[in-house]
Amino acid sequence: MELLQLFLKSIFIDNMVFATFLGMCSYLAVSKKVSTAVGLGAAVIFVMLVTVPLNYLLDQYILRPGALVWLGEEYAEYDLSFLTFILFIATIATMVQLVEMVVEKFAPALYNSLGIFLPLIAVNCAILGGSLFMQQKEFANITEATVYGVGSGIGWFLAILAIGAIREKIRYSNVPPAFRGLGMTFILTGLMAIGFMSFGGMLTGGDEAPKKEVVENVVPAEVEETPVETTIDSTAVETVNDSLTEIAQN
Amino acid sequence: MADNKQTEKEPLFSKKNLGLVKDPLTDNNPITVQVLGICSALAITAELKASVIMALSVMFVLAMGNVVISLMRNIIPSAIRIIAQLVVVAALVIIVDLTLKAYVPDLAKKLSVFVGLIITNCIIMGRFEAFALGNTPWKSFLDGIGNAAGYGLILVVVGFFRELLGSGKLFGYEVLGNPVEKTWLYSIGYENNGFMLLAPMALITLGLIIGFQRSRNKSLIEETH
Repeated sequence: MELLQLFLKSIFIDNMVFATFLGMCSYLAVSKKVSTAVGLGAAVIFVMLVTVPLNYLLDQYILRPGALVWLGEEYAEYDLSFLTFILFIATIATMVQLVEMVVEKFAPALYNSLGIFLPLIAVNCAILGGSLFMQQKEFANITEATVYGVGSGIGWFLAILAIGAIREKIRYSNVPPAFRGLGMTFILTGLMAIGFMSFGGMLTGGDEAPKKEVVENVVPAEVEETPVETTIDSTAVETVNDSLTEIAQN
Repeated sequence: MADNKQTEKEPLFSKKNLGLVKDPLTDNNPITVQVLGICSALAITAELKASVIMALSVMFVLAMGNVVISLMRNIIPSAIRIIAQLVVVAALVIIVDLTLKAYVPDLAKKLSVFVGLIITNCIIMGRFEAFALGNTPWKSFLDGIGNAAGYGLILVVVGFFRELLGSGKLFGYEVLGNPVEKTWLYSIGYENNGFMLLAPMALITLGLIIGFQRSRNKSLIEETH
């Protein structure tokens, strides 16, 4: 159930285009026709599906402070997080190259229709952004990271599909000359973003549901801390006990 | 070699070289005309201070990166140039990221992911490909400054309107009065438009700026949709 929640959240509420403005350059450049928009969107979903879990593993076992502990105790103090950008971008560039080769070999028709857009994915901010947000959100396991990656990819796909369809139809409208093309596309995207903001209420419903979860999470953590506190300070124990009884009464 | 001789004859700030800095500010603006680097431009413009810091970071990365790529332009094999460019940008962005974390930690937290996204900012790859690979270091430096300034100009304009109309502040100072104590403009019933701080208004503001620019300069108007 939590995975489904994360999936829907990454598609609609944290939509790459409408909430964080990632991948705007290719979103604007490739959305003139629905057919090319669909091709690029599908490629982005696939690359996200592969790179986000891979980067999650890199982050867990190499980059995080203390992540190198699996090599031995003496490596536990190492903090390689400053290498994040270089390693993530290297993963992405490699995977895009691999995807390109696989698609060219097994689906030449698709390869030809995507053309130059495939290698361009390597410098699409949505892909790097997906990995960086994944790192920031500190997911508990690789399944969550994968679901987040796929969800963000689908969100981006939906956005470019929608704007592609609108731009095909808007050709028949009488837009003021100064706004033709880029200006109108921006304003349309803004209006679509207002629409997508309404999804924000989809999972919370009201304020009560998420607050309850937070309280439940806090209680076990404090119970675990009490034996450590007793050895240090007796007043701290009293305050912790007070807070515990308060929570129990509530 | 012939290329080098030509620039030695040219004064450092010749008309052509100044054009490299001036053009991207208006007629060839990277955001509104070349449609590059929009990704990061929108997300951090809710505050003017963040916009300025972001613009300066991009200026550093773009100008330095242009110089480095231009110096190496004759020894980079064209087959691996994208990877070489990515490595140069990533190294420069790491410098910017660590500097921001050291001197403005609270702002660095706000910008966090978006500083990393300078790597995939299309302006940078675009200028490397289109300019630095074929020009001398000094020209590339000017081109980098010019394009980053054009990018920064749009960032600052969008940031100015969003922060002023959204929270009544500029650089964190309450220029329109205090909304809680109802001083200055708020005493006659003015209210902040909180919607300006939300994501959609960044897009709409930028759309309006583009429309304004094109209504002033008819040659930029697109024929097709």
